[in-house]
Amino acid sequence: MAALLPRATKRLRLSPSTDSVCHGCRRAFASSIRHGQQQQPAPSQHVSQSDKTTHFGFKTVAEELKASRVRTVFSSVAANYDTMNDLMSLGIHRLWKDHFVRSLNPGIRLTSATTSSPQSATGQTILDIAGGTGDIALRMLDHATTINRDNATSVIISDINPEMLAEGRKRFATSPYYSTTTTSPNRRVSFLEANAEDLSAIESNSIDLYTVAFGIRNFTHKQVALQEAFRVLKPGGVFACLEFTPRLSNPIMNGIYKRWSFGAIPLIGQVVAADRESYQYLVESIERFPSQAEFAGMIEDAGFIVPGKERGDGGDLEGGWEDLSLGIAAIHKGVKPA
Amino acid sequence: MRTQISQHTFRRLLALPQPLRLRTFSILNRPPPNYPGHVPLTLVERGALALGSAFGSLRNPHRHDLIAALGEATAKPYFISRLRKAMLANPTGRRILHDKPRITSQTMSLEKLRQLPENTVGRAYAAWLDREGVTPDTRDQVRYIDDPEEAYAMQRYRETHDFTHAITGLPVIIEGELAVKAFEFANTLLPMTALSLVAVVRLKAAERKRFFETYLLWAVGNGLKAEEVVNVYWEEELETDIEVLRARLGIEIPPDLRETRKLLRDKEKAERAARDAKDRLGAVMGV
Repeated sequence: MAALLPRATKRLRLSPSTDSVCHGCRRAFASSIRHGQQQQPAPSQHVSQSDKTTHFGFKTVAEELKASRVRTVFSSVAANYDTMNDLMSLGIHRLWKDHFVRSLNPGIRLTSATTSSPQSATGQTILDIAGGTGDIALRMLDHATTINRDNATSVIISDINPEMLAEGRKRFATSPYYSTTTTSPNRRVSFLEANAEDLSAIESNSIDLYTVAFGIRNFTHKQVALQEAFRVLKPGGVFACLEFTPRLSNPIMNGIYKRWSFGAIPLIGQVVAADRESYQYLVESIERFPSQAEFAGMIEDAGFIVPGKERGDGGDLEGGWEDLSLGIAAIHKGVKPA
Repeated sequence: MRTQISQHTFRRLLALPQPLRLRTFSILNRPPPNYPGHVPLTLVERGALALGSAFGSLRNPHRHDLIAALGEATAKPYFISRLRKAMLANPTGRRILHDKPRITSQTMSLEKLRQLPENTVGRAYAAWLDREGVTPDTRDQVRYIDDPEEAYAMQRYRETHDFTHAITGLPVIIEGELAVKAFEFANTLLPMTALSLVAVVRLKAAERKRFFETYLLWAVGNGLKAEEVVNVYWEEELETDIEVLRARLGIEIPPDLRETRKLLRDKEKAERAARDAKDRLGAVMGV
């Protein structure tokens, strides 16, 4: 499957201005026109479906090909995924994921107020998107079970890539949550192979908590995925996204961070996973992701209420997200209006 | 901080001697590639790649991509240039650099090679591939060498490594590979070949003894004495008699490693069987 990427003939292009973000991700802020756009032509109504292109790292690919190329990348990284995460982030990704789950506090804690509620019997239904290897899902179930003493909350792990899901099944096989019967009603974890832009297998208004950790930057149409998230969540349900940011606000730290990203990470990929190209794609896709303000705007556009936001002077959203580790990653949350 | 430097300038900068080149490009300002698959690395990256691939390939010798990366990371400043100049100094080497032939399973048809007469180079090559169970396709593309001709010289060295195995008869087990690497170091002077010899620590005691007593001396002696193997136009020598080629190059065959090991193994098995029989006999007799 990794042979689908002709390694020897992939050209490295000189990166264009790091301020350029694809049109599909750009918000319709007047102030966003300050960025020079040189990658993709503005999508117009006259352009046919087959001419639409999008970014794949720093390359430009036809839109319908991006999902399969992302799938290929993750097929080749699946086996070493956790080792590589530890090496690339020096273990800090564990802190981010722990903080992410704790701040969401999944599970229903039984108090005098909740004992009689109908949902305390069925628990929460959590949907973890792009959660293939299951590290977020496992943390959610552990938190719900151990801290909130909620044995009913369940997680659906969804991923576009079957190899990543296989890694997830392996992880869960040794956990107390994996039921061997496929139709057990007490099944606390289930696996769904699906594209986040098309969650037709999941009913509308059925999910309490929708999480996506380090996955959304790989989606071809992020706004479509956000709209699907809006559809499947119950009114009052929470959308939570943990993702890398395209740059840090401190220029010196940003310089160091970028040199680590573009120098050390593909090198570690070569030495540990024998795959420089996939890790080059990963760091390029981080570069292409919209900034925190732009992404918060996209979440609002999908219909969510973004807690903690204010409109700053430039018309940008401020405060509607939480920066982690000087802004290397950020947690975005949204609530579906009741 | 970001300056747009033209391709032409970058190419000239990459041709500068090492101390000046240090200051010309950085991780965030990489020049355009010189050939498909080229990844220009800074000095720090190259050093880190050399260290990482050295330790990685020692831990896991099956990672041939790390051995390849080690070769590319340690080939500059002097060694790959020397190899290319050695090719340029030889008329056949010049033709190889001009034609740039590639050895893959498409360009080397094994069926045709197996049809060749018994003692030809091509037949010996096909027989060796079959005996060892390998194909010509397992060689990675060169990526980290900046000059395209030097990159081709490295690629040619990598693809003709199996021919070196075939004309010396050494197998793909670690002992055989180390002997070939020692030969290649004496013949091509590439640092990676010398660095791979660190893998003698992975040999068993008997194998190490055999290596130091027999094969290392054979390798260094023959490697120095022989013509540059990289200058052999293998595609044209396929129907040459293998003894004629060996004589022309000045290579003697070392003792057949697989035969030696097999003989030793059989002897050990016979001895152990005799010992067991004696013990059983002793137990029965109550001695």
